Amino acid sequence: MDPDLINAAYIVAFVLFIVGLRMLRGPRTAVTGNYVAAVGMLIAVVATLLQDGVGDFGLIAVGLAVGTAIGIPSARSVKMTQVPQMVALFNGVGGGAVALISYAEFREAGGDIELERLIPILFAAIIGSISFWGSNVAFLKLQELTKARPRIPVAVNGGLAAVVLGLAVAVAAGAESEWLFLAILILAGLLGVLAVFPIGGADMPVVISTLNAFTGLSAAAAGMALDNIALIVAGMLVGASGSILTKQMAEAMNRSIGNVFFGGFGTGGSASAGPASDDGVDRTVRSTSAADVAIQLSYAERVVIVPGYGMAVAQAQRTVADLAADLEKRGVQVTYAIHPVAGRMPGHMNVLLAEADVPYEQLKEMEEANGEFARTDVSLVIGANDVTNPAARTVADSPIYGMPILDVDKSRSVIVLKRSMSSGFAGIDNPLFYGENTALLFGDAKASVADVLSEMQNL
Amino acid sequence: MDLVTEIAILALAAFVGFEVISKVPNTLHTPLMSGTNAIHGIVLLGGLLVIGPADGFVNDLLLVIAIAFGTINVIGGFLVTDRMLAMFKGKKKAPPGGP
Repeated sequence: MDPDLINAAYIVAFVLFIVGLRMLRGPRTAVTGNYVAAVGMLIAVVATLLQDGVGDFGLIAVGLAVGTAIGIPSARSVKMTQVPQMVALFNGVGGGAVALISYAEFREAGGDIELERLIPILFAAIIGSISFWGSNVAFLKLQELTKARPRIPVAVNGGLAAVVLGLAVAVAAGAESEWLFLAILILAGLLGVLAVFPIGGADMPVVISTLNAFTGLSAAAAGMALDNIALIVAGMLVGASGSILTKQMAEAMNRSIGNVFFGGFGTGGSASAGPASDDGVDRTVRSTSAADVAIQLSYAERVVIVPGYGMAVAQAQRTVADLAADLEKRGVQVTYAIHPVAGRMPGHMNVLLAEADVPYEQLKEMEEANGEFARTDVSLVIGANDVTNPAARTVADSPIYGMPILDVDKSRSVIVLKRSMSSGFAGIDNPLFYGENTALLFGDAKASVADVLSEMQNL
Repeated sequence: MDLVTEIAILALAAFVGFEVISKVPNTLHTPLMSGTNAIHGIVLLGGLLVIGPADGFVNDLLLVIAIAFGTINVIGGFLVTDRMLAMFKGKKKAPPGGP
């Protein structure tokens, strides 16, 4: 088919990607936006299949069929609480595809390859491999298949990166060894594993977002190697958007990207958890009962629910929504305060609550919510910890000092639903729990909320 | 396409990416990440382009796997995003696949 026609189809495709992404800005247009982007993808794939020189349709059919057979069921069956790890996996296979394509390209070309194609191929291979292996480790961590957090000195990763770079330069300079290329792929993969392994669960959103941007960049590089405009534009769009998202997430946690990847939390956190305990705060906690909570809530005028990862783990979102609905029937005004990094991904809480049919309008973002805590009778904290920790405002040597938090401690009373007295992912003590106006209800979030609800219905 | 053209396209695409994304509200960040994730599944095209000219069993095998990976990335990515967004639509109907 006429190459101009193919390129015209590609242009339509990436215009649809851009329009689709724009529509993802608002909750009303987002669904259509996703369809628009998917149509763009379909056009790009069909146009590619029509291109001259594309062949081996039997093998292509096998690849497409296998991918479809795996992709559809896994996307359909995944629980909403497990979406972060699913995104990590989908991102990983994308990076893996880039690495494999670069490797096949290199093998195919033998030594006969000009520098302006070889450099993008090497870049795509390195970043793709890092993304594949890093994403798989992120998956293992989020699925809680491993809780290991080895300390890996920066020098090891730095040295490994230098070796990978050195090998890449050697290959670019004319060492036509396939073994060198394979070594690059393997060492870059190892770098991906070692870079992600020491990072704790709380930082996983930043990690996944970074790897998402990486895969985009590697796709753009592959596009330069293959002279394919659709790959270049779409890959770069994702590279840019992923970087912005990563930056926003890191800012919400008051951390730098470097800090996330090269340690700080795990070590600094446990070291300065100490000072929090000798700052003269009265360290007794007040525990309460479901019946008390039910009474307190139903006689309140304004209740703010603060969900966190604990709600996601316990799958408590529907029970929470039922509780809120019951309160509203009693004339209590209920809103949800959503910290940007509550849960394991930005917007994680919104997705879960939307699943439980909570109206979009009841979800308040941090700045809006913080203006209202002073007028709030009861803040109900469900499995959120670090994002409510007042130490971020007051304890200057706390590792989360300066992180914007939800000021729940300013409300008249605070009820915290918690599994146990253990600290959050950041491993930092939370003075909120010892506050005068704070009461704790221990237990699984879903069971606790259900108990409160049944007590309330008996009132 | 010459290198300069490609780099120019790259730079412009980066700015479009920054502009489009920086206006997305926090609440839609997870679907957004999932949606952009689906879009980089476009690497699938790379597999489709290279497999025809490629010779040999090993190359074919690598590329079939790459195409399968790319397909998982695209289809899985868009479907998961759609499932997430369907939940924002309101109370009319629950998604059939939901837990």
